[in-house]
Order: sequence, then structure tokens, then C-alpha cells
Amino acid sequence: MVINCEQVWLEVSNYLDGEVEPGLRLAIEEHIRGCKNCAAVVNGTRNVVELYGDERMLEVPFGYSQRLHRRLDANMPSSRRTFLGWMAAAAAAILVVGSFEILKPASRNPGARSQMAQSGTGVPPDLKVVASEEGKLFHLAGCEFIQGKDKLRPMTAREAYKEGYAPCPRCLKKYLATAETVPPDPPLSS
Amino acid sequence: MPGRVISLERPAEQLNEETLIQRVRDGEHDLFYELIRPYERRVYAAAFAILRNEADAEDVAQEAVLKAFKHIRQFRGESRFSTWLIQITVNEARMRRRKSHANIMESIAERQDEDGKYTPRDFADWREIPSETLERNEIRQKLAEALAQLGQIYREVFVLRDMQHLSIEETAKSLGISTASVKTRLLRARLMLRDLLAPGLGGSWTGNAWSSRLSFEKGTKPW
Repeated sequence: MVINCEQVWLEVSNYLDGEVEPGLRLAIEEHIRGCKNCAAVVNGTRNVVELYGDERMLEVPFGYSQRLHRRLDANMPSSRRTFLGWMAAAAAAILVVGSFEILKPASRNPGARSQMAQSGTGVPPDLKVVASEEGKLFHLAGCEFIQGKDKLRPMTAREAYKEGYAPCPRCLKKYLATAETVPPDPPLSS
Repeated sequence: MPGRVISLERPAEQLNEETLIQRVRDGEHDLFYELIRPYERRVYAAAFAILRNEADAEDVAQEAVLKAFKHIRQFRGESRFSTWLIQITVNEARMRRRKSHANIMESIAERQDEDGKYTPRDFADWREIPSETLERNEIRQKLAEALAQLGQIYREVFVLRDMQHLSIEETAKSLGISTASVKTRLLRARLMLRDLLAPGLGGSWTGNAWSSRLSFEKGTKPW
């Protein structure tokens, strides 16, 4: 089977999805071996699919998950809970409240430099970080997303929060991912 | 969060989705948090694909999740839970969009485009963009900008199929269109994005050169 360029363009999507007959697949592969233009189309389209299919492209606004859970909390009817469940709820509430008292997140800090300062409650308070006068975020030393690298000051995460800095979502991602699962509101009473 | 309460009795990760759904239906509402957790980002992405506005997308995402919770008894298990959830999100987002007169005009223009053949461009300029570059915010931003330039009907299909990894059939069901339409729109969406991104990292992705790439020519050979 011999096919032309337009037939390749028409089938490139199905070809990449593995949804063409074996004969047509062979014909496409034979065609692009000898056609630079169609090779560029097929390889480029494959590249597009790979890039956009990457998990990193599914970005959400900072604090999205927490706000979603709060909205659910506010609309969640009373539910059945076992005694063990209640005990666990109480323990979780103590942990959450305790961690907030230790960290004093910037959401309660009127001098917050960024709205994002309310997040990142999973960052260990004694973690050594750096912050710049020109930036709104605090970082791990060496982070490539630091703004104003010539004006860096070392400090702890606790101090950074007090000064209104928010955690960098890149270099401190692993701590923030933990924080996303721990919304600041205590469990609903039912 | 209430979901953690249950997880101490039996780790929610060990529960399969079917069991989670049944237990939520039976009144263990706290488990709903565990049920939706894997899909929270996808719900937002689906809403954003349609609305292209962060605030509206987040609001619609919340509405959709609430609606899924309130109507979970209506979920019959004929499709995946994620597909059902995305379907609700798409409906909510479309309802929100219909309130805008400008968007109605846009959708009419897009329908006129759908039947036209699309001819790829920039064969010589194509340079692969390595996936490692997605670590860079400006690259993700450029990809998002390119996606935003697609017409609504193409963007919806592309986001559900290539970003949320729904099947052709699931995408069709979520959008209420035929599988043939999904395939046609997906092909055009992919080719348009390839053209938009053709200069790649080595090309000029800034200023007028970027925006000038947004006018597509149909039916003409580029050489």
C-alpha cells in the first residue's frame, strides 16, 4: 500500500493512538521514512501528546485542594462515625491545631507578602531556608527559582513565615504536598 | 479532615473505588474525600479547559464535586467514576459559559471551522521539546498559552483525551458527541498545537513571533 502526505496527516492521530490497521501502519511508517515533512508532523504530534500528557501540566491554583475540602466540609451532612473514628478525629484535630500554633502561618500574619503564605503548613519550622528582599517566597538554598539571589538572607522556615514569606512550591514541594492533605479546619462535628 | 478518621480504621488506599462508592452511599460520607482525591486536579483542569478563567474554573470544580456527592446514588457504575465526575464538571462548566454572550458567538464560529481540513505547517522548523523542560515554569506557561488558543471544541476534546487520558469513548460520552467527532477534533487539536509549538525551544517563543503563529491557514500546502 502506498499513501500520500495528506493521507498521513489524516491518520496521524489514529496512528499515534494505535488505532490503524496493520497494513496502514506499515504504509505510514514506510512513507515517513522517505518524507521529512511527514516525519516532522508525526514526530511533532507525538511530542505534543507526550508533553501535554505529563502530570506536570495539570496544575491547579495554590490552596485549591484545601478550599475544595472546606467547601465540602461546609456542605457535608452529619455522618456515622464509630467510637474509634471519633478518637482518631480528636487526635487529628489536636495534631492540626498543634502544628498551627507552632507554625503561626502567614494567613494569620497581616504582613504576609503573598497570599500563598497561608499554605505550606507541612514545612518543618526549623528547616534552614533562604529568602530575598525582592521576593515573596522562601526557598531551600540552591533552588533555581530564587529571585534576587544577590540579596539572600538565611533563616528558619518559622522566621520566614513570621516575615510574611510563602514557601516556594518547587523546592519545598514535598512539604506542601503533605500540607495539601491537612486542611487547617478541624473535622466537622456531627 | 474527616477522611482521615476512617483511614485509621482501615486504610482508604486499600479500598477499591467500588467499595468506597458503596460505603459513601451507605452513609460514610467522610470517605467521599478519599474517593475524589485522585481526581481533584482533573476536575479543575476540565473546568479550566472550558472556562479559561481560574476563579470560574475553581468555583465550577467545587460545584461539580458537591453535585457528585449529592447525587452519588445516581451513579450506576456503567462508566468509571472519574468519567462520571468529569461529565458533571463539563456540564457545570458549559452552563457557566452559556451565561456569557461572547462565548455563544465563539462557539458558532468554531462550529463553522469543524468541517474544514487542516494542513500542518512548519515542517522544517520542528524541534522536539524534551519533557524535562516541563520543570520550567515558562515552558508550562507557553504550552498553556498554546492550548488556550485552540477553539473551544478542540480544547475540550484534547484536554479530556490527552491530558486526562480518557478513552475515545469516554471523551465522547463526557462531551455528548460521537466518537467520530472526538477523533476529528482530536486530530485537529494535536496538529494545531504542533504548529503553535513548532519553533520549540530553539525558536522564537516571544513577542510578535509567537502571536503571529496563531492564524491558521487551511487547505494550503506550505511548500
